[in-house]
Amino acid sequence: MTVTGEMATAPAVPRRPGLLAWVAALAVLVALWLAAGRLTWLVAWPDGWIVPLRYWISDAMHWLVRDATFGLFTFKEFTRAIAWVLNLPLQACLVLLSRGFEVPLGAATLAVPPLSWLGVLGAMTFASWRVGGRRLALLVGLCFGYLVVFGQWNSAMVTLSSILVAVPLGIVGGALLGIAGYRNREVERAMTPILDLMQTVPVFAYLIPVLFLFGFGPVSAMIATIVYALPPMVRITILALRAVPAEVVEFGRMAGCTERQMLWKVLLPSARYGLMVGVNQVIMLSLNMVIIASMIGAGGLGHDVLAALRRLAIGAGLEAGVAITVLAISLDRLGQAIASRGATPVHVLRARGFVARHGTLIGILGILAGAYLLAFLVPALRHYPDALTVNTGPFFDKLVEWVNVHLFTYLDAVKSSLLIYVLIPFKRFLVGLPWPGVALLLAVAGWRIGGPRLAALVAALAVFVAVTGNWEKAMISAYLCGISVVVAMLIGLPVGILAAGSERIHRIAQNTVDTLQTLPSFVYLIPVVMLFQVGDFSAMIAIVAYAVAPAVRYTDHGIRGVPGEIVEAARMAGCRRGQLLWKVQIPLALPEIMLGVNQTIMMALSMLVISALVGTRDLGQEVYIALTRADTGHGLVAGLCVACIAIVADRLIGAWAARRREELGMEQRA
Amino acid sequence: MPSPTVAAATRPPQAEAGPSGAAGVKLTCRGLWKIFGEGGRRFLERHGGAPTSEQLAAGGLIGAVRDAGLEIHDGEVFVIMGLSGSGKSTFVRCLSRLIEPTAGELIFEGRDLLAASERELTEIRRHKMGMVFQHFALLPHLTVLGNVAFPLEVQGVGRAAREARALEVIELVGLKGRESYFPRELSGGQQQRVGIARSLAVEPEIWFLDEPFSALDPLIRREMQDEFLRLQRVLRKTIVFITHDFDEAIRLADRIAIMKDGRIVQIGRPEDLVTSPATQYVAEFTRDVSRAKVLSVRSVMSAVPESAGPESAGPESDGSGAAGGELAGELPAAARIGEVARRVLRAERPFAVVDEAGRVVGRLEPGQVLEVLAPGEAAPGPGGEGGVKAAQ
Repeated sequence: MTVTGEMATAPAVPRRPGLLAWVAALAVLVALWLAAGRLTWLVAWPDGWIVPLRYWISDAMHWLVRDATFGLFTFKEFTRAIAWVLNLPLQACLVLLSRGFEVPLGAATLAVPPLSWLGVLGAMTFASWRVGGRRLALLVGLCFGYLVVFGQWNSAMVTLSSILVAVPLGIVGGALLGIAGYRNREVERAMTPILDLMQTVPVFAYLIPVLFLFGFGPVSAMIATIVYALPPMVRITILALRAVPAEVVEFGRMAGCTERQMLWKVLLPSARYGLMVGVNQVIMLSLNMVIIASMIGAGGLGHDVLAALRRLAIGAGLEAGVAITVLAISLDRLGQAIASRGATPVHVLRARGFVARHGTLIGILGILAGAYLLAFLVPALRHYPDALTVNTGPFFDKLVEWVNVHLFTYLDAVKSSLLIYVLIPFKRFLVGLPWPGVALLLAVAGWRIGGPRLAALVAALAVFVAVTGNWEKAMISAYLCGISVVVAMLIGLPVGILAAGSERIHRIAQNTVDTLQTLPSFVYLIPVVMLFQVGDFSAMIAIVAYAVAPAVRYTDHGIRGVPGEIVEAARMAGCRRGQLLWKVQIPLALPEIMLGVNQTIMMALSMLVISALVGTRDLGQEVYIALTRADTGHGLVAGLCVACIAIVADRLIGAWAARRREELGMEQRA
Repeated sequence: MPSPTVAAATRPPQAEAGPSGAAGVKLTCRGLWKIFGEGGRRFLERHGGAPTSEQLAAGGLIGAVRDAGLEIHDGEVFVIMGLSGSGKSTFVRCLSRLIEPTAGELIFEGRDLLAASERELTEIRRHKMGMVFQHFALLPHLTVLGNVAFPLEVQGVGRAAREARALEVIELVGLKGRESYFPRELSGGQQQRVGIARSLAVEPEIWFLDEPFSALDPLIRREMQDEFLRLQRVLRKTIVFITHDFDEAIRLADRIAIMKDGRIVQIGRPEDLVTSPATQYVAEFTRDVSRAKVLSVRSVMSAVPESAGPESAGPESDGSGAAGGELAGELPAAARIGEVARRVLRAERPFAVVDEAGRVVGRLEPGQVLEVLAPGEAAPGPGGEGGVKAAQ
C-alpha cells in the first residue's frame, strides 16, 4: 500500500491508494496527448465510428407521428386531442384578459371587450395590499403600471394567460407525481433519473418532440412550459412530505386515519409551507420559459423579445424583457406573501364578520367589475391610448450608437486581449485533450470520491459523448462553461464573503441576486450584444451574469452557517479576521460553497444553449440548429450530451460535498 | 436472561399487593422483538429466536427491542424508563403496532393484536388507544378545537357532536377560552395540553404517552406532571408512560420498567427498584434518588414474626404499656418515610406499623428512618437482624 498524505493525517481510516491512481491517470493522459499527433482518433472521434443514435431517435419520432396507432385512433390524434383540451382554458383566459369575444347577432355583432387594464391593475394592487401590506401593493402597482405605460399590456396579458393555465397544471401534476413518489419508493427510484435528465437536458432539445407531437402554437408552448416547470415541483413535494415530522404521521395513524384522510387531512396541510416553495418555483420557471416557448409559437412578451433580439432592436427587446421580469417579480412576491402570511386566527376574524373574512375576494371582483363598466364610458380605460405610451427604442438606439463610437476601442481591447490570452488558449488545450485520457481521469476522480459506481457512471457518460460524435463540441462547451464558472466564482466568492460579514452588504447582495434570478435568461443577452457584439466573449459575459447568483448565495449562506460557537472559540484562541476566515470559516463552509459551484455550473450549462443565439460553436449551437431544422434526433442527442456534462459535474461535486460534510460531522442536506 | 423471569424474580413479596388494587390485565406482551435491518425476521429464526448482541452486530442489524415482556394492569400508570437509544420509544410504538414487531406476542384486552388486520387495527386505534407525543405533533393548520376534534373527525363523527366533546376535554385540561387559537400561538406547555386533550377525546382504553414532558422547561414540566396526576386521579386510565427521567418515573409511576439496550432490565414499583435493584445499572439510577420520598414504611420496618403478630397488637398502644414496650405510636405501612420521618425522629422511640386492616405488621425504629435519610451515618438499630433492608 502506498502512503498518501491523507493516510498520514488520518491513520485510523483505511484509504484507497488514491495518489497512485491520480498519478497513473495523469501519466496516461499525458502519454495519450503525446500520442495524439499520430493517432488522431484519440482526439477526434472518427465519423465512421459514430453510433447513429440521432438517426434512430429521429426515425422513432417519425414512426410515432406517422404510423403509431392505438387501434381506434392514431398516436398523433391522441396528442392532438390533448392539445385541444388544453386549449380550452387557455382560450378562456385569453378572452378574459386580452381579446374579448364577439357574439354574432344577425347581421351585427356584439363585441364583448376584455377586462379593462385599470381593473386588472387595480385588482392586483388591492390583492397585494390585503396580503402583503403597503409595500407590496406599491411594488405590484408599479410593476403593472410599467406594463401599461410602456405599451406592453396586451402582450403581457397573452403571456399571463398561458402562465395562468400552465402554473396550476404544473403544480397539480407535479404534486400528484410527488405524492406517488412519496408513497412508493419504487416510483421515486424510477422517477429520479428522469427528473435529473429533464432538469439537465436543455429546454431547446425537448421543444422539438413537443413540436412534432402537439404542433406549432401556444398550446405546444404551454405544454413545453409545463414539462419544464414540473420537475422541481415533484422533488419539492416529495421533500416537503418527507419533512413532515414522523410524530405527526404517527399521530395520524394513531387517530385511525385512512390512507386518503392521512394525505388530505394530515400530510398535505402539514407540508403546505414546503409545498409553497414548489409553487413559487413553478411560477418562476414558467416565466423563465416564456421566451423559449415563443420559439414554438407562444406569442406574447416572449415573442416580442425574440423578434427584437433578431432585429438587434435593443430598446424594444429590453422593454419586453423587463416586462417579463416585472411580471415575474410581482407574481413571485405575491406568491411569497401568500405563503408566509398563513391564516389569520379565527378568533381574530370571527370578530369582524362576513365582509372582512371575504374582503379580498369581494374587493377584487368589485374593482374588476367597476373598471369594466367604467370602460364603456371612457374608452381610454379599455385600450391605453398609444399617444401616452413611453417608447425607449430611440434612446437605446442612440446609446448603442454612442457606445460603439466612443467606447468601441476600449471594449474591443479588453475583449481581444482576454480572447487571445485566456479564452482561446484554454479552448485549444481542452479540445486537444484525448478523450480516453479524460474519461480515465474522470473515472479516477469518481472512484476516489464516491467509489466504483460513481466511477463507472462518469466514465460511461464521457464515453457516451464521444461515441455519439459530440466530443469536440462537448469540449468547447466545457471550455465556455468552465471559464464562465471560474469568472463567476471569482466574483461570487469575495462578494459572498463580504455579505457574510456585514448585514448591510448581505441585504444588498440578497436583493441583487434575487433580481438577477428573476430575470429571464434571454434578457442578459441584450446588453451584452449591445456592448460586445456576438461571439464567445459575449456568451461568456452573459453566462457569468446569469450564473453568478448561486456563487454569491451559497458562499454567503455557507459562511453564515458556520456555528457561532466555533467562531467564538476561534476568536478566543486569538484568530485575526484573516485567520478566522481562512483557517475556520472557509474550510467549514467549503462543502456548501462547492454546492454553490455545482449550482453555478448547472446554470451556466442551461445558459449555454441560450447563448447559442449570440454565435457560439458548442453543443448549445447544435441544439439550436436542430431546433431550427426540427431535427429531433440531432437535438436530443446534443441535449443529452449537455446533460452528460451536467450530471458528471453534479455527481462528482455532490459526492465530494456529502463526504466532506460527513467528515466534518455536519448534518446532511435534505 | 429472558425478561419474564427477571420480572418475576425481582418482584419482591411486597409487590403482591398489586398497584392500587387493580385486578385485570389490559395489555400483555411476551418475547417481543424488533430488529431493524434487512431480513430481521429470518435472522431471528436462524438464531433460534434469541440472537446475542454480537450476532446482531455481525449481521449488520439493530436489535431495538429484545425479548421484552410485560403486563400492564387496568388503571395503573406503567412507566417505561430508559436513556436515549435504549429502545423505549420503539417499544411503545410496537405496543400500538405503529412499528411492526419482528416477533413476539401482543395481547390487548384478550385479543391478539399482532393478528389484527390493518382495518381492525385502525378501528382499535380509533376507539381504544390514545397517544401523546414528545413534540406534540399538533396539526399546524387546525385550531385547538380542530386539533382536539380531529380523531373524532376521521371517525366520521358529526361536527356538532365532535366539537361538543372536544370542548369538554379542552376544559378538562384547562384550556377553556383558547379553542380558536392556532398551535403556533400557544406556549409549549399549552401545546402539550392540546396534545393531551386530543388523545383523550376518544376516551381511550389505553393511553400511551411518549416522553410527553421532555420538550418542556423544568418548571413547566413539574406543573404538567402535577396536571397529569390530577387528570389520572379523575380518569383512572391505563397508562403507558415513556420517559428518560428517573425522577419523573418515580413521581408518576405505579410500576416502572427499566430498559437498556433494547432489553427490560427490571420491572417493579419505585421502591422495589430503590430497595433491591436487579443490576448495577439500575442501582446507578436509584443512587441519587431521594429515598425518603420513595420508600414506604413497610419496606424499611423490621417485620413482626407472623406468630407474634396478634399478641403484640395492642389496640391502643399510644403510651408505653403495650407489648414490645415504649412504642411511640402507630404508623400506616403504606406511608412514605418522608411523611413520617419528623414524627419518628422527634419521638426518639420506635413506632408500631399497621396495615390497611389495622393489623400490626412491624415496628419502625428511629435509626431505620435516619438510615434512609442519611445512609451509612446512623448507628445500627437496636433490633440487630431486622436492621436496614435497603441494599447498598
